[in-house]
Amino acid sequence: MMRILGRIWLWGVYAFLYIPILVVVVYSFNDARYSTSWKGFTLRWYELLANNRPLLDSVLNSLSVACLSATLATFLGVLAALCIRRYRFPGRKILHGTLYVLTVSPEIVMGISLLMFFIVCGLQLGILSLIIAHTTLSLPFAAVTVLARLAEFDESLMEAARDLGASEWQAFRMVMLPMISPAVAAGWLLSFTLSMDDVLISFFVTGPTFEVLPLRIYSMVRLGVKPDINALSAIMFGVTVLLVLAAWLLGTKVKRKN
Amino acid sequence: MPENSNSIIELRGITKDFEDTRALDGIDLRIGNGEFLTLLGPSGCGKTTILRILSGFETPDAGEVLLEGKVVNDVPPERRQVNTVFQSYALFPHMTVSENVAFGLRMQRRPKAEIAERVAEALRMVHLEKLGDRKPSQLSGGQQQRVALARAVVNNPLVLLLDEPFSALDYKLRCRMQVEIKRLQRRLGITFVFVTHDQEEAFAMSDRVVVMNQGRIEQIGTPQEVYEEPRNLFVARFVGEINILPGRITAMKEPGLYEAEIEGVLFPLRSARAFAEGERVHVLLRPEDVRLLEPAEVGDVPHLSGRIEDTVYKGATVKINILTDNGKTLSVAEFFNEDDQEINYHTGERVAITWVDGWEVVLPHDAG
Amino acid sequence: MTRADLTRRLSGKPGLFRLTSIAITALWLGLFALLPHLGLVVVTFLTRGTHDFVIPSLTLANYARLLDPSFSRILWDSVWLSFAGTVCCLLVGYPFAAMMARASARVKPWLLLLVIIPFWTNSLIRTYAIVILLKSGGIISMICQWLGFTDAPVSFLYGEFAVFVGITYTFLPFMVLPLYASLEKLDHRLLDAAKDLGAGSLRTFWHVTLPLVAPGIVAGSMLVFLPSLGAFYIPEILGGARTMFIGNFIKNQFLVARDWPLGASASIILTLLLGLLILAYTFTVRRADGHHKPETEGGAL
Repeated sequence: MMRILGRIWLWGVYAFLYIPILVVVVYSFNDARYSTSWKGFTLRWYELLANNRPLLDSVLNSLSVACLSATLATFLGVLAALCIRRYRFPGRKILHGTLYVLTVSPEIVMGISLLMFFIVCGLQLGILSLIIAHTTLSLPFAAVTVLARLAEFDESLMEAARDLGASEWQAFRMVMLPMISPAVAAGWLLSFTLSMDDVLISFFVTGPTFEVLPLRIYSMVRLGVKPDINALSAIMFGVTVLLVLAAWLLGTKVKRKN
Repeated sequence: MPENSNSIIELRGITKDFEDTRALDGIDLRIGNGEFLTLLGPSGCGKTTILRILSGFETPDAGEVLLEGKVVNDVPPERRQVNTVFQSYALFPHMTVSENVAFGLRMQRRPKAEIAERVAEALRMVHLEKLGDRKPSQLSGGQQQRVALARAVVNNPLVLLLDEPFSALDYKLRCRMQVEIKRLQRRLGITFVFVTHDQEEAFAMSDRVVVMNQGRIEQIGTPQEVYEEPRNLFVARFVGEINILPGRITAMKEPGLYEAEIEGVLFPLRSARAFAEGERVHVLLRPEDVRLLEPAEVGDVPHLSGRIEDTVYKGATVKINILTDNGKTLSVAEFFNEDDQEINYHTGERVAITWVDGWEVVLPHDAG
Repeated sequence: MTRADLTRRLSGKPGLFRLTSIAITALWLGLFALLPHLGLVVVTFLTRGTHDFVIPSLTLANYARLLDPSFSRILWDSVWLSFAGTVCCLLVGYPFAAMMARASARVKPWLLLLVIIPFWTNSLIRTYAIVILLKSGGIISMICQWLGFTDAPVSFLYGEFAVFVGITYTFLPFMVLPLYASLEKLDHRLLDAAKDLGAGSLRTFWHVTLPLVAPGIVAGSMLVFLPSLGAFYIPEILGGARTMFIGNFIKNQFLVARDWPLGASASIILTLLLGLLILAYTFTVRRADGHHKPETEGGAL
């Protein structure tokens, strides 16, 4: 009895999670501008999107910022995780705690603090401020991901490498890095997604000339329901599904290889 | 052990503290070139700490570490000509066996041809020639162990450190590996420093054994010296089984020969040490040193009297537990003689206990 | 002992790689994380300027204005609504996560995948989907008409209910994942042991399950409660002009009213709430791991 109730609950919640977005996907093909009744299948909203220059520009902007900030954040995150795990220095515990606090810290706080910081420093708000902000946002997540892997890492392997003549850098490059590369890749992917998705921080630290996709969507959505937003939502949902599946399959393949 | 010259390793006054415990307390040790030395002791005695100080992964709080006569306290592990075989093997899982073995040579930037040749030879030495392309996860425990050995040995280090490398192997494999490693050491001529808590293992391979306890060296000597002439009760107890009888010196007959009273009976005792009349001593007897006689046969020979508690048949030997009339338990080991009809050891049977003249070890009463 | 001192100092000498790693990390975090946050705190004590954003005139007036009834009302309304949303996520998400954790090893990865997809879908898109759902003539409206509750299309948007639905919908996966992680780790043998010792289902849950799952509950709540207070786009899109959350308030102060100090002070509230929740989390973790009574341990927290 409990089991049946549990099953119903399970699938009920999945329905709750998916139905709204699936409805939007369905409507993206609806040949009707304002009505919610079905008027026929069409792809014209997608065509509209394809011709939306500002939208496409914002996608490009988002991709470049995401790639750059993800790479930087992963680089810094790996270094941070390494320092915390392997080296003893004053403030190590504080650093560790700070990273965890940053992962749960409300983004709006980071957004306004960086806004003020940039203005006080005289930095022009634009792609650079955005990259710095996104890197700072993603860094803790990348670090925490790598730290989790390092916690299971066999320390004697690094000692063996040094015993055989490797310097700290060589040991890291030839022994540790290859072994933690799945976690590093996961950290990069995580940082990339955080950057692509971010609204709150981007809202405050980007300049008028540089628009990113989430902000473009935000201004579109504020203006009300429009069929091209449906199409955009459908595309973004589709991309998410593909990416998650790809990451999943990659993860299981790596696990099987090891 | 010669005073200076041939010492490839020297530890002078090494002290190491961890948090609240003193892991090493004033260690002085000299290891000769080409020697097979074993550090033997219970867990926590400091033997692994010494190894890590030798390899450079720990630095002593006081004292000096000398390699080939030079102080190396601040030389990091990667620049010492010392290699370690780790207890967990620490093979790089993402590299093949050959790549693992070649690692040290790569770090030394040896030419590729030389590396290939030396790796092949090292693998031949440990009988793993055909497994060069396998990954460590595809090997058995014993094979992994040998890869770890090859990886360390191929670099021709001054000293090879082995940290309980056989602890994960089953008994038969361990024994085989002990023989192999001794042969390997003889062939290479490299100084081996071996760590174990297993006394039999230490004896099987070593030229000298260092018995340690709680951060201090209790005794250094050949296996025979340590077994037959333990310097104190700890060494006596740790290295094999021992019977300890309390006694009192009654007279000195001649230099080296004393008379002592043990459980009310006067016994002759031989010892190179000097004892005073009336001094209390411990008389140490290994189980195989004790001789049991039928009470009827014993005659004038000084002996203790007792009763057999139980016997344990061990195949090659029989272990007999005796309770003396004074309440002391003794452990006796004899080779099992199938044809010997003279003494059948039955529980409850009365025996006379004596020992082979001169096989006893006498220690002062406070020799803990 | 001079030689030993020298030994100790030199043997701790860091390599170049280690030094640069620590330096780079400390530099970036110090400059872009620590400094701005410190600046934020400092700004709360400054005064708003007419030409510049702030003038160095120390004051506590900003905090005083937060205590003003008009702001307190905003504060309490939004905290209450976010809290309700969090509780709703918990009540919906806990049985859901429990079912996931109990699934067979074959099905589990797929169940997890199905939660991760909405988790990663852009939150704006998902908020927009709720608009479609609740608007006049939208799905819910059509269902109500079909069931005969109303005659004309009805909108559920622009009110506290819509925001509540939006919060629950957007943040449910954020609650589920930490809960699932906690429940997955739960050793069922402990529950069996409790039952064996005579505890009924309810008492087993209260005394055994709950303390062990508590860290997951707090973590999930942290990931729902705080972001829902700060994510201004949800109340803006779904609630309309009337609903204002702390996030909206902060946004207004910074971009419209140009009152940095006041906006900064409001954001400190969020930070304080974060601090409280982190303390709660640390407490539940320690309790689950067995560091139960601080008094007996000499008060070490």
